[in-house]
Amino acid sequence: MVSYLIRRSLSMIPILIGISVISFSIMYLAPGKPAVMNLDPTISAEARSRQLSALGLDDPAPIQYIKWLGAALKGDFGVSYIRKRPVSKMITERLPATLLLMGSSLFLASIIAIPMGILSAHKQYTPLDYGITTGSFLGIAVPDFWLGLMLIMLFSVNLGWTPVGGIATLGGDFSVLDRLHHLILPTIVLATGSMAALTRYTRSSMLEVLHQDYIRTARAKGFRESKVVMKHGFRNGLIPVITLFGLLLPTLVGGSVIVEKLFSWPGLGLLFIDATFQRDYPVIMALVMLGAVLTVIGNLVADLLYAMVDPRIEY
Amino acid sequence: MTSMKTILETPATLPPDNSAAGMSSHRSLLRVIVAKFLQNKLAVIGLICLVLIIFSALFAPWLAQHDPNFQNLRLRLAPPSADNWLGTDHLGRDLFSRILFAGRVSLFVGFSAMLGAVTIGTALGAIAGYYGGRVDAVIMRLVDVVISFPNIFLLIALVAIFQPTLDKLIMVFALLSWTGTARLVRGEFLSLKQREFVLAARTLGMSPARIIFSQILPNAMGPIIVAATLAVGAFILAESALSFLGLGVQPPTATWGNMLTSAQGVRIFREAWWYPTFPGLMIFITVLSFNFVGDGLRDALDPKVLER
Repeated sequence: MVSYLIRRSLSMIPILIGISVISFSIMYLAPGKPAVMNLDPTISAEARSRQLSALGLDDPAPIQYIKWLGAALKGDFGVSYIRKRPVSKMITERLPATLLLMGSSLFLASIIAIPMGILSAHKQYTPLDYGITTGSFLGIAVPDFWLGLMLIMLFSVNLGWTPVGGIATLGGDFSVLDRLHHLILPTIVLATGSMAALTRYTRSSMLEVLHQDYIRTARAKGFRESKVVMKHGFRNGLIPVITLFGLLLPTLVGGSVIVEKLFSWPGLGLLFIDATFQRDYPVIMALVMLGAVLTVIGNLVADLLYAMVDPRIEY
Repeated sequence: MTSMKTILETPATLPPDNSAAGMSSHRSLLRVIVAKFLQNKLAVIGLICLVLIIFSALFAPWLAQHDPNFQNLRLRLAPPSADNWLGTDHLGRDLFSRILFAGRVSLFVGFSAMLGAVTIGTALGAIAGYYGGRVDAVIMRLVDVVISFPNIFLLIALVAIFQPTLDKLIMVFALLSWTGTARLVRGEFLSLKQREFVLAARTLGMSPARIIFSQILPNAMGPIIVAATLAVGAFILAESALSFLGLGVQPPTATWGNMLTSAQGVRIFREAWWYPTFPGLMIFITVLSFNFVGDGLRDALDPKVLER
C-alpha cells in the first residue's frame, strides 16, 4: 500500500513537468510580448533594453522557464500586470469564495444524486427509473450558462426571489442568511452537471452490485429489503462512486469559470475570465497551472481512495 | 487453436469479407444493429431531432423568411408572431432566421472538431496499441499531460490570447480533445492484435500499416463511432460556452452561443423572454440528441448485447 502510494505519487512528476511547460509556453508564445506593453513607449531603445533585461525578458526561453518555475514552486507567481499586486495574494483572496461555491455544489449534487441513483437501480425498468435516467441525460446536456440565464430570468428578475448576482448584498453587513441567499442559484447551476453524472454512475454501480450472489443470499435470509439495499448493496456500490468525486473536481473547476462570470461571484473563475480579457499573463498562467495541478491531485486522490476502501485491490 | 491451414485459407479481410456468405452475414449483422437501435425510443427521438436540425441548417437560406443580419430597428425585441416565428432580438433581427444560420456554424464547428480529434486520437491510439513498448509509453504519457488540463481553462486561455479564427478554433478543440479516443482505440487494439485474424494477416506478410487500417481498425469502429457521436455534442457545448463568454466565434457571425451574449439584462429578462430562451434551447436539444443517439449506438453496437 505504502509503496503503491509512493509509486503513484512519483508518476505525477513527469505530468506536472509537462503541465508547467505548456503553461509557460502559452505566455512565451503569446503575441505582443505582454510585459513589453507595460513599458513606457516614449523611452529610448537603450533604456528599453535595460528594463527588459532587468525583468529577465531578454533571457533565452529555457532560462526564463526555469526562473519562472523556481519562483512558482515557492508560491511566487509574479506580479499582476494590471493590478500590480502579487498573483499569489490575489489567488488566496479569491480562493474561499470558489471553495464555498464548489463545496456547496458538491454537497447538493451528492445528497440528491446518490439517493436517486440507488432508487433508480433498485426500481430498474420502472417509470421512476426511466424518469431519473432521462433526467440525468437532461442534466448532462443542458448548457450551464443557459440554465443560469433561465434561472436568473425567472427567479431573480421576474419573481424577485433571489439576488441577480454577487456574493453579498451591497453595503449590507455579513450574515449567513444573506450569503446562502446569494449562493442558491450559482450552486444549483454548478451542481447540475455533476449531479447528473453522479446519478448515472451510482445507478450503474448499484445495478452491478444488486445482481451479485450475496444480495440474493441476503434476501433469502429474509432481511428487510431496505436493509439488503442499503447495508449489503450500497456499501459495496459506493466504492466506485467514491472515485468519481476525484474525477468531478476538474468539471467543477471548469464549470466555476462560467458560473462565477454569470453570477459575478468573486472567485477564481471570475478572476480568470477578467485576466484573460485583460491579457494579465501572470494571473492566467498561475490559474491554468493551479487548475491542472488540482486535476492531477483529484485523480491521485480518486485512485488512493479507491485503493483504501476496496480491500480486494492488490498492488 | 485453429490449424495453420484454416488460417491461410481464410481470406485476409476478416470480417467483413467479400464472399457471398460474408456479405449476407454482414447485412444481417447490420440489420440486428439497426433493429436494436430502433428499440431505443430516446435514441430514435434523438435521431429524428438531429436529422431535422441538420436539414434546417443545410437549407437555412431557403427556410429562413428573413435575412439573419437585417436589423429592423422598429421591431426591436418583438414577441413571436406570424412574421417572426420566434420573435426578434435587441437589434430587431429575426430570431428564427438567425438560429437557422447560427446552426450552420455551430454544427460545422462540432463536426469538424470531432473529425480532427477522432483522427488524431485514432491514429495515436492505434500506433500505441499496435506497437506497444516504448512508443506506447511515450504516447500514453502525452495523453496523461493533455488530459490533466481542465479543458475549459486551457481553451479560454488559448482562445483569449491568440484570438483564433474559426479554423484555428477548431484546431484548438481537436488538439485538446483527442485523448479519450486515443485511450479507447489503444485498448481495442491491445485486445484485437492478439486475435487469430491479425496473426493470419501477419503470417501472410501484410505490412503493419495495412494490418492496422484494413484488419484491426474496421473491427474497432463501433466504440469509435459512439465516441465520435458524443464528441460532436460536447464540441457544440464547448463552442457555445466560449462564444457566450465572447471568446469563441465573433459577431456578426452568429452561433447559438454568441447569440446569448447580448441576450442578457433586466430589460430583456422582463420583456423579451424569447430572446435568451430559444438559442439556448437549440443548443440543449442538439447536444441532448447527440447524447441520445450516441447512447443508443453504444447499446446497438455492443457485441456483448448482440451475442444474446
